[in-house]
Amino acid sequence: MSVIIIFIQKAIVQGMGILFGALGEILTEKSGNLNLGIPGIMYMGGIAGLMGAFFYELGTENPNPAVGMLISFLCALACAMIGGLIYSVLTITLRANQNVTGLALTTFGMGFGNFFGGSISKLAGGVGQISVSTTASAYQAKIPVLSKIPVIGGILFSYGFLTYFAIILSVVLSWFLFRTRSGLNLRAVGENPGTADAAGISVTKYKYLSTCIGAGIAGLGGLYFVMEYSGGTWTNNGFGDRGWLAVALVIFAMWKPLNAIWGSILFGALYILYLYIPGLGRAAQEIFKALPYLVTILVLVMTSFRKKKENQPPEGLGIPYFREER
Amino acid sequence: MEQTYAIELQNITKRFGSVVANDKVSLSLRKGEILCVLGENGSGKTTLVNMISGIYYPEEGRITVDGREVKIRSPKDSFDLGIGMVHQHFKLVDILTAAENIILGLPGRQRLNMKQVNAEISALADKYGFELDPRQKIYEMSVSQKQTVEIVKMLYRGARILILDEPTAVLTPQEADRLFEVLRNMKKDGCSIILITHKLHEVLAVSDRVSILRKGHYIDTVDTADATVASLTEMMVGTKVDLNIDRPEPKNRVKRLELTDVTCTTKDGIHSLDHASLTVYGGEILGIAGIAGSGQKELLEAIAGLEPVTEGAITFYPDAEAESDAETADATVSTDAAEGKAPAVTSRQSESQNASKQNISNVSEKASGKNAETGSSLGAASGTKKNGAKGAKENAPVRIDNLDVAKIRSLGVRLAFVPEDRLGMGLVGSMDMTDNMMLRSYRRGHSEFLDRRTPGKLAAQVKDQLEIVTPSISAPVGRMSGGNVQKVLVGREIAQHPKVLMVAYPTRGIDINSSYTIYHLLNEQKERGIAVICVIEDLDVLMELCDRIAVLCGGQITGIVDGRTTKKDELGVLMTKRMVHGSNDPEKTGQPDVQAGTVPADRAGQQESKSDEFAANGSERTNLATEISRKGGSAQ
Repeated sequence: MSVIIIFIQKAIVQGMGILFGALGEILTEKSGNLNLGIPGIMYMGGIAGLMGAFFYELGTENPNPAVGMLISFLCALACAMIGGLIYSVLTITLRANQNVTGLALTTFGMGFGNFFGGSISKLAGGVGQISVSTTASAYQAKIPVLSKIPVIGGILFSYGFLTYFAIILSVVLSWFLFRTRSGLNLRAVGENPGTADAAGISVTKYKYLSTCIGAGIAGLGGLYFVMEYSGGTWTNNGFGDRGWLAVALVIFAMWKPLNAIWGSILFGALYILYLYIPGLGRAAQEIFKALPYLVTILVLVMTSFRKKKENQPPEGLGIPYFREER
Repeated sequence: MEQTYAIELQNITKRFGSVVANDKVSLSLRKGEILCVLGENGSGKTTLVNMISGIYYPEEGRITVDGREVKIRSPKDSFDLGIGMVHQHFKLVDILTAAENIILGLPGRQRLNMKQVNAEISALADKYGFELDPRQKIYEMSVSQKQTVEIVKMLYRGARILILDEPTAVLTPQEADRLFEVLRNMKKDGCSIILITHKLHEVLAVSDRVSILRKGHYIDTVDTADATVASLTEMMVGTKVDLNIDRPEPKNRVKRLELTDVTCTTKDGIHSLDHASLTVYGGEILGIAGIAGSGQKELLEAIAGLEPVTEGAITFYPDAEAESDAETADATVSTDAAEGKAPAVTSRQSESQNASKQNISNVSEKASGKNAETGSSLGAASGTKKNGAKGAKENAPVRIDNLDVAKIRSLGVRLAFVPEDRLGMGLVGSMDMTDNMMLRSYRRGHSEFLDRRTPGKLAAQVKDQLEIVTPSISAPVGRMSGGNVQKVLVGREIAQHPKVLMVAYPTRGIDINSSYTIYHLLNEQKERGIAVICVIEDLDVLMELCDRIAVLCGGQITGIVDGRTTKKDELGVLMTKRMVHGSNDPEKTGQPDVQAGTVPADRAGQQESKSDEFAANGSERTNLATEISRKGGSAQ
């Protein structure tokens, strides 16, 4: 019984970082931009959040956990949005190829993260010496009282603030996309920018905003891994392939934020399943780690068979828009 | 006389690179009138109205709305002035509902109350007599329903000036009449309407005044009451042209292709082609009529081997004396070409059109001389293999359904399929003319290296003889104008010496002169005994060019009529008629490509009564049609 509870907990913990990435990417893709730079942007958000907290705690006698949280949160958000801005300028204004730009941004973001991760490790006095204990513990703080309830408390209430923020964000994002005027306009931009333009919607504005805000949300995924998941420390390439899992999750969720919630938990569960199956060799473990991708392929196969229009990617995805093109 | 116009354009100029699309064009729209903008394709009509709707911005000139000078920099500016445009290609988002499309981009409270919006739209639609379900998704709609959404969208936004860009191109004659009815209602309500078209009878039927554009220049504006078909044509084309396309009597009709109960099925299990039976003869032009998406594409592709045939058979009848014919033809051709080449090069401009056309086929024959030979012998060989009988190889019919594309091609079945974007199939836009010619010949030859010289010569000949306007044969095809691209494609296919030549929309989007060049080319092929199948959307042209016209509706052939005696009404009825068996299931009526099924109930009723009327009037014709189709079916 307790193993199952722990398994569910761990799955949720694994899933939330992916969820942030996927939510950011959903918002971005709904505007017709396929930002494959999401893994890199998550690195950028993570390291920026860590640096913000690190320098705050380094420079203050008695760091205040709330201030530390605020600083790291804003740093992560800002840095990730700059990543999104780079992507936007290149693909929207200069109309560079989206795939190439995205992949380049991923490479850049990982290098950016590892470089500054190494730098502050040196400042902190060696690898693994970075400590932002005050801020990290604030991020990891569970909900008091409720988390003490047996079983339910463990499954539902024993996570840090970012987990609940991610869930709320999914709901808000879903409401925004499908129930508001701006959301409708955004979907139109992603489906058919020419039509949106003719309807008087500023395609460029919507693409820029959703790409940058989407990148910011994805950057929080990085912050989540650094603060809540690894407790405020940095290891090079520490995220593994979770950034790509986020991109896969977008497809799995069929571009719907609410699907992404349970999808992320499922992905998290599949990702750590190998730890809970006894007697697996190294090779078998790797196969188990690939399960989320297999599931994504299955979903892709099924949705393309059913050909339901609503479950297809936005029609304008990956195509730059230029008004006077004839 | 001082009068405030709804819109007035003065000396508008717009250039695309070095091309002047509009040169000092002036236009004025009075309040509460329907103004037609008439011009050939490429005369700058669409460009002009795109500047009113804010898609393009003019380089020079003034635009005034209600007497005030305005700058229209974006579609939003245009909306704010009460101008609504219904584009030729609908600006709708497929996965959204009609209502969602209608309110797209409108300001208002962030929270959407779709219930209220739906009610408002229904009320508006009822006011003008539209049939519209605001909750229906666009991808489930027929073309005319989509057009309705577009028009309601503009009205909902409070547009008082409505611009319609070739609205009837996608409609049946009956649907077009209905649209005009709605437009008149709107005029009565005080709306001003600009209607862009190149169909003269529409101009005369619906408009108050006509403005004529020619090659980007403004020609004149006349009152419709004073205009005639002849006077408008003269202004539109510049010189008085003979509207008649000549149609030589078919000679030596030989059975070439036979389709029996050919059925193609899409992935969703819908019959895109439904038990189509058809006989194609060499030496005649067979036209295919039908509303866009009724199975024309599938029919041609099934013959060309691009579309798998799930049921039925397609049989190809080779020439009885194929071999001896080919030899003599070859011999004469080479002498012909030897003689004909010199004058063709020296005096190509002064040569009459017909003679020059003759030359191109001759020279190209020579250019691909050996290749064509190897090609045809290859075809014969594959045919024999298929039949297994060596002796009867020349005239044994060959089943070609589901045969390999290359094999079908080697038999002489050629498809010059010209899709909407024109470069999608058949030509590669970024490659030059020579390379595009090579697409048909690169597999031949014995060397490891590609032969660029022969296709190069062919390209030069095609360019000269068809008067293709391009800086050089090494300029990318994609940079050429539509008409020229078309000529390259058709020229290349003809040069391959087909037995069956299929062309789809050969004159879509190209000017009248180029169109006539293409019609002449087709006629020439027919006179040389080739079976020509063409899909053309303009019924007038079909009726002037084709010997027989097969009408498709929802994948079924609803009739095969004589091109000389048929009337437009008859074609219109056949285009919307649906046979009893097969795809009449109510579940399938949601398909966007099945036109008649999606017509709302009371409209369908109206159409039926109309068709009854036609049937009564033209029972003789209809009998003739059925007789012909029966003959076609039984002439085995």
